[in-house]
Parts: sequence; structure tokens; C-alpha cells
Amino acid sequence: MSAPPPIAMLAELTHRCPLSCPYCSNPLEMVRAKEELPTEVWVDVFAQAAALGVLQVHLSGGEPASRRDLEALVGAARKAGLYTNLITSGIGLTPLRLDALEAAGLDHIQLSMQGTRPDLADWIGGYRGGFERKIAVAREIGRRGIPLTLNAVMHRHNLDDLDATIALALDLGARRIEVACVQFHGWAVANRAQLLPTREQTEMVKRKVAAARAEYEGVMAFDFVPPDYYSDYPKACMGGWGSAGLNVTPNGTVLPCHAAETIPHLRFEKVTDRPLAEIWYESAAFNAYRGTDWLPEPCAGCERKEIDFGGCRCQAMALAGDASATDPICAKSPHRARVLAALEEVSDAPFTYRKLG
Amino acid sequence: MSLTFAASDVPYMPRGVRVADDPVRGQKVLLAPEKAVALDAVGEAILARVDGAASFGAIVASLNAAFPGAPEGRIEADVQSFLAALRARIFLMVK
Ligand code: SF4
Ligand code: SF4
Repeated sequence: MSAPPPIAMLAELTHRCPLSCPYCSNPLEMVRAKEELPTEVWVDVFAQAAALGVLQVHLSGGEPASRRDLEALVGAARKAGLYTNLITSGIGLTPLRLDALEAAGLDHIQLSMQGTRPDLADWIGGYRGGFERKIAVAREIGRRGIPLTLNAVMHRHNLDDLDATIALALDLGARRIEVACVQFHGWAVANRAQLLPTREQTEMVKRKVAAARAEYEGVMAFDFVPPDYYSDYPKACMGGWGSAGLNVTPNGTVLPCHAAETIPHLRFEKVTDRPLAEIWYESAAFNAYRGTDWLPEPCAGCERKEIDFGGCRCQAMALAGDASATDPICAKSPHRARVLAALEEVSDAPFTYRKLG
Repeated sequence: MSLTFAASDVPYMPRGVRVADDPVRGQKVLLAPEKAVALDAVGEAILARVDGAASFGAIVASLNAAFPGAPEGRIEADVQSFLAALRARIFLMVK
């Protein structure tokens, strides 16, 4: 089938990170430093992406500042015509490096927030002193006027701090806050029983975000990712498989979404083996779940199939053991019971922090 | 805060927001933090006049002059709703 060109590319420059968040979306099998693409390959990938129709590149990781060539990569992406967004924990962004990033044309920074207090944030991030350093970086970003989004990753242990989180974002001068409830991919699957919010928290966060959105209209924009285990319908992951975005991992593997490698029967190709455009338009992996023709029942006959495309393939894989099943989040899924059972599995066991296997 | 523009308000695109060419799709796009908005001819004509100097009233007057066939008040209403939506996302600010 024919696909539109992609709009956005997530460039996972490295899986290295000084933090070790228990919900990190990186795969359990992380790419090691010596397998990372060299500068010149990324430069070529950015040029290919722009020619393919990508408008924005999200430079992510791991912690992208762990790459010494981050400034050069930002410059190359801008030169290719891409809007450059840096997704960072802030750790490693010294004033000198911010100087160089600004000079290279960095457009925007999305800063992750683990919590609003040092004890909470450093416990969740698994990195002592991380909170103080992050706040110092955030103030420096604000002082320079670099457009800032605060990405507050929310779960059972910090949802009750939502008011403080919003206040912190305002105080830091963020133009936008993403209240992003943890999605269960990557390392978050191993910590699901510790991270799943309660039903009361879920109702509270929806109410408070709606109220804050109205209160701060024109001052700060809100984006909200609800905890989908409590939803009746799944999210349209990535706006549909292979329709709006693609993800390149540190070793150059091109994925339709960051968790796609959990689907064992798909074979993903590398930018070092095939042009990006061919991978996007022609590869079997990108065509596997494009559009709606492949959808099973109950999706095939459902009026929402053009809205959510049957939900997330990786979640279907994880919860139903079948990547082509209806996302078990959906109330109509025959596997919905597995989601409901997971909601009962509350645990206070220690986190399984992300680490190199 | 109201998102509605008074005639004397001067809208501007803050740092990190810009109009760019999208040669692959043959159109203009508004690039903003983590968002790309495809612009149709109307959106392009409006944003071409958002230069950080022209007031809302001047932008509407300029568009009225450029599109004399439009019904009375129609352009102002269109510009108001188009710019207010961008202001809600902080893709536009007011001087
Ligand atoms: S989620 Fe945490 S551990 Fe994973 S890359 Fe981001 S800051 Fe690092
Ligand atoms: S049945 Fe399928 S298409 Fe319908 S709402 Fe559920 S997941 Fe979406």
C-alpha cells in the first residue's frame, strides 16, 4: 500500500545515560557504545530524512548529551532543514555545551522530570544529586530563552505531586508541560506493579489537567498522556504504524516505534544497509501493520478503526502474545482480562532499574 | 487569560516557532516545539503578515485589501480564530 512521507524522526543517538529510570523506554537489550553510529552516518541519515519529508528530528537516547558530537549533530540536522528538538535529562548540559548547541541552531529542549523533590526524583532516576543538577540546567535554559517543554513522567509514586509539578514547570518558564503517565514498554514492563497508578489517581490527574489547562490558557500549553490501562479504548500509537514517524536506534536500526523490536517475527533493517526511503516505503516491517486492511475482528468491523488503528502493536504483543491482535486495552478485546488482572497486581517491591545486560 | 486579540495587539512568533518550506509536500509549514502544522493558502497569507511589527488590526486591514471579495467581517473572524488557536499552544505571543 502507499504510505505518506514521515513527519518526524526519533533519533536515539545513544542508549547511554547517567540515570537509570525504571520506566525507561529503551529496550532491555541496549545498544553498547562501540556499536553506535559514527557522526558521519548520522549526518547522512538527517539529510536522507529531510529528503524523505521528515520535518522534525527528536534527538533522544538514553541521554543524547552522552554523545560528545551532539553539537555537531544538531548543526547537521539544522543544515539539512530539520527542526531540532533535544530530549534530555539535562545531565551533562553545561553552559559551554549549551553555548555550542545554541550556536548550532538547536530549536527546542524537552527536559524530563522524575519528581519535584530531590529525594523522590533521585530515587526514581536512580541517580543521587540528579535533581539539583537538573534544576540548575533548567534555570540556565530558561535564562537563555531556549524554548522549553517539561516532560513530567507520572506514575503511582509522583502523581500526588501533580500540583507541585505544574507549579515547577511554570516557575521554570516552560511554555509547555507534558503530563505523561508511564506507558508500559521497555523497562516499565518489569516495574508495572510498582508504577501503575490507582484508579483515584487516574481520575484526579484527568480532572486536574483539565482545570490547569483552562487556568493557564495562553501561558503554558498542556499535553496529557493518560494511563491507558484504565481507558476503554487504546491510543493510536505513533498516529498509526508507519504513517507519521520513524525511529532510528543507536546502531542504525530503523523502527516504526521505539518498542517495535519486541515483536519477534519482524526483521528490521539498518540505515547502513539500505536507504531510509526504501526502508520506509518498501520494507516488510513498515508495511506489516500499515493502514487498516490487516486488522482482525473486532477492529475490522469497528467504527473507531480509523481513529486508533486497533491500538498499539507492541502492547498487543506484550499482553496478548500476538502483535496482530486488538490492543488488549480495548474493552472489546478478548484479552481485556489481562489488563484488568494487571491492575490488581500492586507491589511495593524495589524497582528494577535499567542497566546494561 | 483571554486568547482574543485586540486590534492594537502585536502578535509574534517566539523563538522556536517559524514558517518553513516543505518541498516534499509542496507547501509551507509552521514548525513549532514538537509540532508541524501544514499551512493552507489562508494560513500562509495570515502568517506572512505576522512579522512582530504589525498589529492585529493592521494584519486584518492588509488581508481585507488583498482579498476585496470577502464578506464584511469574515476575514477578521477567520484571523481571530486562526491566531487564537496558535496562541493557545504558545506558538504565538503578544507584544
Ligand atoms: S528514561 Fe531515564 S534512564 Fe531512560 S534515557 Fe531517559 S533519563 Fe535516561
Ligand atoms: S475494537 Fe479495535 S478499532 Fe475498535 S476501539 Fe477497540 S481497538 Fe479500536
